[in-house]
Amino acid sequence: MKAPAIELKRLTRYFGSRPVVRDLDFCVPEGKVTALLGLNGAGKTTTIRILMGLLSPTRGAAMTLGQDATKMSTSTRARIGYLVEGHFLYPSMRVRQCESFQRVGYSQWDDSMFREIVDHFGIDPDAKVSTLSRGQRAGVSLGLVLAPDPELLVLDDPALGLDPVSRRALNETLIEFAGGGRRTVLLSTHLLDDVERIADRVAVMVGGRLKVDASLESFRDRVTFFTVPAGATSDASDAKPFAAVPGLIEARRLGGAWQLAVADADQETMASLSRVAGDAVTRNDTTFSDAVLAYLTRERGDGSFLVSGRQASGSVSTS
Amino acid sequence: MFRIQITTGGKVPIYRQVVDQIRSAIAGGVLAVGDPLPSVRGLASELVVNPNTIAKAYSSLVADGVVESQQGRGYFVTQHRQIYTKRERKRRLEETIAPLVAEAVTLGFGEDELIAEIRKRFAKMTNR
Repeated sequence: MKAPAIELKRLTRYFGSRPVVRDLDFCVPEGKVTALLGLNGAGKTTTIRILMGLLSPTRGAAMTLGQDATKMSTSTRARIGYLVEGHFLYPSMRVRQCESFQRVGYSQWDDSMFREIVDHFGIDPDAKVSTLSRGQRAGVSLGLVLAPDPELLVLDDPALGLDPVSRRALNETLIEFAGGGRRTVLLSTHLLDDVERIADRVAVMVGGRLKVDASLESFRDRVTFFTVPAGATSDASDAKPFAAVPGLIEARRLGGAWQLAVADADQETMASLSRVAGDAVTRNDTTFSDAVLAYLTRERGDGSFLVSGRQASGSVSTS
Repeated sequence: MFRIQITTGGKVPIYRQVVDQIRSAIAGGVLAVGDPLPSVRGLASELVVNPNTIAKAYSSLVADGVVESQQGRGYFVTQHRQIYTKRERKRRLEETIAPLVAEAVTLGFGEDELIAEIRKRFAKMTNR
């Protein structure tokens, strides 16, 4: 097996007394598109900043392209394309000037790649940055990051605030870029539909911890949804009885029924479910978004949150 | 013209949607034996989908014996070989009939109406 492009070992980072990233063991395999999901504040950006060497870990280590991220050499850094959140560009520059300004820092620069991307986003190279839409700025930023032909691309929420046309252009560019399997992409995002289209692997962070690290497909296969009519349990408004179900990710009340999401449901799960609710349990189809949302909503602290003692069993790990 | 359409956020994974649509295009005569399938990269770009997803769909079609891969030339619709035993074929058929009949009953269709609809569907397929 090839060495991973990024490897995090028990990575932990505190801001003051607050842990933001906790004991993260995580690999980004080479040649694949990995999507990092999680609510705002889950630790995605902090993790990305650490693996880019912009922030040092409190404990643990981040290895990026085989090097300790805190001591990354400039030549290694040149092999990585990093797109920060927000698509910042100097407003007074023209698109062309952005390119000549950026390329000075690189030994390798593909003019035609930059031109193609900018064109794909429908941007006039003579336009001033201040007149561009957010989506067009994303296009310019992406062009600047891809023109040095990096082997690893790290994108922090590239689709944030993009219009549908730019979003599509972004996805198309990423598929084109990563398509041959020669390049590795790690992107953080909130857009589950896009993840379903472009990602090979999915990782979900909840409260600084990694809860899911799996291929898209095995993730989908390993999360099962069940419906239990609210009347089937002893107390219709109490989620507690479900806490004993092995692998439970989330239990939420939807109208007159409980909707349960379970990781790696097996015979034990079925047995436990029938102890709680008899034979009124039905299995439902899983959609990718539902499976991700089950992990994310749990942490929201609303009625759907369940005891933390079972968290460990509710995580899906490497396949 | 043969065109695949993908939806996200649904219950059917993308690779399944590709497999199902190619299968029904073959069954309906839109794709004939010997016709080439779009290249993996080409279809991936067109649908804005990860190429590995398309590759997976194609290998599943190859495994089912409806498509063959010719080294260096791509994927082609092939003369369908029956690779499953009669029993397995029957099991697979039953797997799709059960929800169909359940849905028909829920919608208030009777046996004869359902059979008539199936006949219509067959006629449509063979008339192309």
